[in-house]
Amino acid sequence: MVTKKLNWTHLTISTVTLAVIFTVFQYLIARQLIDVYYQINLFMLGINIILAVSLNLINGFTGQLSLGHAGFMSVGAYTAAVMTTKLGYSFAIGIGAGCLAAALMGLLIGIPTLRLKGDYLAIATLGFGEIVRVVFLNIEYVGGASGLIGIPQLTTWTWLFVSVVVTVVVIQNIVNSSYGRACISVRENEVAAELMGVNTTKYKVLAFTVGALFAGLAGGLYAHYFFIIQPGTFGFFRSFDILVMVVLGGLGSTTGAIVAAAFLTVLSAGLQSFPEVRMVLYSVVLIITMIYRPQGLMGNKELSFRTFQRIRGDKNGPVVNREPV
Amino acid sequence: MARLSTVNLCKSFGGLSAVLDFSMEIGDGELIGLIGPNGAGKTTVFNLITGVYRPDSGSIIFNGQNITGKKPYYICKQGIARTFQNIRLFNGLSVIDNLKISFHKDVPYQLVSAILRLPSFYRGESWIEERAIQYLEIMNLADKREELASSLPYGEQRRLEIARALATNPSLLILDEPAAGMNPLETQELTNLIRKLKDNFNLTILLIEHDMALVMELCERIYVLDYGRAIAQGTPEEIRNNPRVIEAYLGEEVG
Amino acid sequence: MYEFFQQMLNGVSLGSIYALIALGYTMVYGIINLINFAHGDIMMVGAYVGFFSIAILGVGVVPAMVFAMLACALLGVVIEKLAYKPLRNSTRIAALITAIGVSLFLEYATIWLLTPQQRSFPIGTFPEKNYYFFDQQLVLTNKDLFVLVAAVALMVLLQYIVKHTRIGKSMRAVSQDMEAAMLMGINVDKTISYTFAIGSALAAAAGVMVGVYYNTIDPLMGIIPGLKAFVAAVIGGIGIIPGAMMGGFVMGILEALVSGYGSSLYRDAVAFAVLILILLFKPTGIFGKDTGEKV
Repeated sequence: MVTKKLNWTHLTISTVTLAVIFTVFQYLIARQLIDVYYQINLFMLGINIILAVSLNLINGFTGQLSLGHAGFMSVGAYTAAVMTTKLGYSFAIGIGAGCLAAALMGLLIGIPTLRLKGDYLAIATLGFGEIVRVVFLNIEYVGGASGLIGIPQLTTWTWLFVSVVVTVVVIQNIVNSSYGRACISVRENEVAAELMGVNTTKYKVLAFTVGALFAGLAGGLYAHYFFIIQPGTFGFFRSFDILVMVVLGGLGSTTGAIVAAAFLTVLSAGLQSFPEVRMVLYSVVLIITMIYRPQGLMGNKELSFRTFQRIRGDKNGPVVNREPV
Repeated sequence: MARLSTVNLCKSFGGLSAVLDFSMEIGDGELIGLIGPNGAGKTTVFNLITGVYRPDSGSIIFNGQNITGKKPYYICKQGIARTFQNIRLFNGLSVIDNLKISFHKDVPYQLVSAILRLPSFYRGESWIEERAIQYLEIMNLADKREELASSLPYGEQRRLEIARALATNPSLLILDEPAAGMNPLETQELTNLIRKLKDNFNLTILLIEHDMALVMELCERIYVLDYGRAIAQGTPEEIRNNPRVIEAYLGEEVG
Repeated sequence: MYEFFQQMLNGVSLGSIYALIALGYTMVYGIINLINFAHGDIMMVGAYVGFFSIAILGVGVVPAMVFAMLACALLGVVIEKLAYKPLRNSTRIAALITAIGVSLFLEYATIWLLTPQQRSFPIGTFPEKNYYFFDQQLVLTNKDLFVLVAAVALMVLLQYIVKHTRIGKSMRAVSQDMEAAMLMGINVDKTISYTFAIGSALAAAAGVMVGVYYNTIDPLMGIIPGLKAFVAAVIGGIGIIPGAMMGGFVMGILEALVSGYGSSLYRDAVAFAVLILILLFKPTGIFGKDTGEKV
């Protein structure tokens, strides 16, 4: 008799760890013990984690190469910012509207384009991202090329932290369920998946919609932290940045995406004064990763309690061996 | 009542007829073979029945329901499952996860329960896992449940594919060259297995096979395809002696 | 009415540039099924080589174009050997991501080495002459003429190479079936190298033309024309050489009409809208045939 149930030990450890992280940073920020520069990078890190983990659902788990993630982010950012700045709604409603708008866009774009395969899909999503950018560029109501300014800074550490945790938990819970397995089966072998009763289109659209929803969340948080959003902020390069995080971390590894997002956020903060060097480095890293380890640094493996137990218990064994049972 | 019937199926690719006016009737509980030289259109027939291709004309009736032109996942839900000539497993997944995907069409909990980890999620996952293990035990793969599908030896990959198809709970099982690449001993085991499965699961089976010994021993009736047309059908005995079949297979050994 | 013809004329010369770039996309795709994202950036490198040839060596436009073509042919071969060849048997997504990486590498390495500033071709490189027709209603510049003539000449040359030379035959054979070509004794690696060399040389020529046409070049100049040329290749049916030429002209004319009659701000969005529509309704392009996946 197999019984799957909640592992209370793991849940308790996770909750305590998260609570400690949250409280420490909350204290540091409230007491102004970390200066603005580090704070900006901390917030960027949180936003990048949301973006990378959500793109990973589309690219990594479902295997659909999307190059338009920044497009969804911008839909969320503009919607949320218009709601709060122009229409006077509360931040929570603004963020909610941003998420919904992005998800709706994901659904609308997803249904027709997901009939396309592989590189055609990639190009279509890239085109979608560019179209969104050009459209915002041409709407005077949201400031056109100079952008939407005067957005109140409402993204607090609490908002950011809770958003990151919710994103990771929701996506992990989807991935580790029958619905997630349906998504993964599309990546592994679309024809076989369809013939085993999986409505592959439905799960592609699901991944796209959920991924877009969280990209919208990231956009809303971004807009309400940096005061200003411009169409140029959400161009192809932003999509590319997110893609590098996912690819480097491992297509299909949430923890990998988080680690890569953290690593690259720190790296790009360090290289802030040399943006060209940063991009040259990114591109070289990307090419080398693809040639020598196309599944990404962590592949589809996850870091987990099991991994740490393994490291402690069996020093000679491989560190990251297999997905937890 | 016929379990499956195809009526005047036609399919061409770029002007080339792959299947032409193919009609077939399979009764409940029958074990039917589909044979023919290479390129005769056998796999195309399978692809038409399972919805991978849409027929140019003709119709497919399964359990009294017209399934012509329906999507593969829908047809699977109606109770047709298949294996592939060139194995198509979910290579990056463990053996048991390969099986679990087959239960997705009957997933007993909602997406929301999965996200919120409600009790119905844990109950549903337990149900899926138990069922998956049952099928692995039947196919002698239970001790390999955590291994990657791609790391299994060839014969076990074939068995896993059959297990995965069975797990969708079909009434019609379609096997595309199940014995390909097997030695005589393995083929004999496979023959016994197919018989056992048919009885235990109350299956109707349709198979393509080049191994004539297997086909002749196992099948109750045989359809012969050549250049996309059915040139003969009948019991193994009738097929063995049919001059048109011998002509189509000229140079190949029959029986 | 004259306005319309004027836009058509502008469209045709712009289109011939897109067509040249599109040819490279289509040839590479035809042979190794890879969208060579870096192709637009090879065009940019070509423009820079042309620029330095004129500004530093003081040669004329035509020799500058030849230098650019030679340099980029070499660049294309090197990129293929270093970045794409190791990935020939991996997934298409891996190859596509690599191509995006190469594209960004070329762009930012150029910015790093040569600064992001725009550069203008030296004055007098191409003394402008205008020819007027119909009571000055219709203008044809010698730049238009130069671009059109050079592009058509290169396309004719390409047709000759593909149809009548050994290497052209190998290219066609490899694009039909790489393994069969290998078994027939065709040197596949060499054929792929030649394909990259020829495609990149055409892009370089287009780069110099863009430099002459708009008079300014910058490290990111390859992105938008590259994408539009890609759209052109898709319109014509990717992998099909005459399709790419046609697609290029279609894109050029469409763009000229949109900027002439609509908003020039939307002209880039229109290109992508066309792309998405084509992909949805006729993903194999106008000249392409449907071939389903074999199961």
